[in-house]
Amino acid sequence: MSDLPIEQAIAREERKEQRIYLMLFMPAVMLVVLFLGVPLLILAIQSFQEGGHLTLEHYARIFDEPIYWRTYYDTLEISVAVTVLCILLGFPLAYAAAIAPRGWSTLILALVMLPFWTSVLVRTYAWLVVLQRRGIVNSLLMSAGIIDAPLSLSHNTFAVLIGMVHVMLPFMVFPLYAAISKIPQDLLQAGSSLGGSPWYVFRRVLLPLSLPGMFAGSVLVFILSLGFYLTPELLGGGKTILVSSLVQRNIELYLQFGAASAVAMILLLIVFVIFWLVDRILPVEKIVGMR
Amino acid sequence: MQTWSRPLLWTTTVAILAFLILPIVIVVIMSFSGSRFLTFPPPSFSLRWYEAYFGDRDWMDATRTSVLLATLATVFAVPIGTAAAYAANVSSSKLVRLLQLWLLTPVMVPVIILAAGIYMVYAQVGLVATKTGLVCAYTMMNLPYVFIAVLAGLRSFDMSQEDVARSLGVNRFEAFMKVTLPQIKPSIITGALFAFIGALDETVVSIFIAGGENQTLPRRMFMSLRNEIDPTIAAISSVLIAISFSLVILFGMRGRKSQMQ
Repeated sequence: MSDLPIEQAIAREERKEQRIYLMLFMPAVMLVVLFLGVPLLILAIQSFQEGGHLTLEHYARIFDEPIYWRTYYDTLEISVAVTVLCILLGFPLAYAAAIAPRGWSTLILALVMLPFWTSVLVRTYAWLVVLQRRGIVNSLLMSAGIIDAPLSLSHNTFAVLIGMVHVMLPFMVFPLYAAISKIPQDLLQAGSSLGGSPWYVFRRVLLPLSLPGMFAGSVLVFILSLGFYLTPELLGGGKTILVSSLVQRNIELYLQFGAASAVAMILLLIVFVIFWLVDRILPVEKIVGMR
Repeated sequence: MQTWSRPLLWTTTVAILAFLILPIVIVVIMSFSGSRFLTFPPPSFSLRWYEAYFGDRDWMDATRTSVLLATLATVFAVPIGTAAAYAANVSSSKLVRLLQLWLLTPVMVPVIILAAGIYMVYAQVGLVATKTGLVCAYTMMNLPYVFIAVLAGLRSFDMSQEDVARSLGVNRFEAFMKVTLPQIKPSIITGALFAFIGALDETVVSIFIAGGENQTLPRRMFMSLRNEIDPTIAAISSVLIAISFSLVILFGMRGRKSQMQ
């Protein structure tokens, strides 16, 4: 009986604490509501509007006009290609970093960190310089006598692919390295001492154990590729148009806010569906917090 | 151990690392070129592109604007993000748990969509190309990095230390400032650094909502790259690369220090 007032006081105190926490938490929430929530809401509304009344014409156009389909298809295709290339290039790099002696391992990771920390714009510019007509690749090929006239290497899909892989590779290497470096080396030794061929050990031991890292890296690379704007825009030379460029053009060139919003909403939907599916396998916080 | 043959693995590794590093090295070499054209190797060396950058009022204005905006965004994002991370760490409220993911959405939404949405809102309320508008957008975009970094720091900190301080008579705020803050300082600095770099480097949103008097460095670089491959950009890029390089070294040293402890 006599405990009751104390318990009530504790409960009151507890509620007060929870209110304080909520107050500390709210400014951040409000900031994201105002500068992300409201803009997304406006996009959603705009996508169903034209000339002040409700319409589905923007979505209808996306389904009707082949150019829109084509752009979504190209974007998916390039994102898949970038992800696959990042796995192929990232795996040996992560594996080498994981098995190398300490100093070498640090060096490899530092060499992956340097481009990671360098501005995407700077790296895209670097590829423009390397791949241009008088660029180093053309000079090398010409002085080696392999070609007579410079190849046009930039302003096409090839350049977009190279530039994107360069930007995305670190996002694959870091989670892969985290996964591979946790695999006990004895396991691989056991595999080969029991007579497994290198390929067999890779396929049955190394690959399955590094799958979580590969999965996290792939999700990150794929999602980032879907919405990537700078590199495709600068290295694609207007020929390889991805969804992001379609959004930008509809706004700045054609002032078609409704069309831009509808294109953006579908992209957003794709991204959120992927995150929602992925979340069942690996918590999104884990993937996003990886940076 | 012998899953891959050693020479093959090391050749592959070196080749991939060259792919990552060489373009950056080439830009740095090009920035010292004496030629108006970006022929490699440069026919002569000079500092003319650095002079073109540091001597140009427009480039310098854009640089100053970017540094100022990034500083302001960091100043806002750090306390707001730290308060949220603190609350998320100790609160048992379901609402807070639920809203946590919301604070991560700015990094999940493709930046082109963010840019388009913010542009449409700003166009209606007159915030396009204003410092206020830019700082607000950058603060929101970089808030998640502060939140994630500080939350990680708090998770490895024993909160009962704060309770001890409070039981010794200091109030809650003082307990945080005197006991918790000094111990999570490294995570806060990491978060602040992420936020600053993120805001300094932000290009896509700037393309839409910066401009006029408030032209930012990345936006100006982008606009100039669209027209021609100006060697001045090589000099600016090299300055930015030098900054990244220092960051990698800084982080490398901090990493080693924390491993030693």
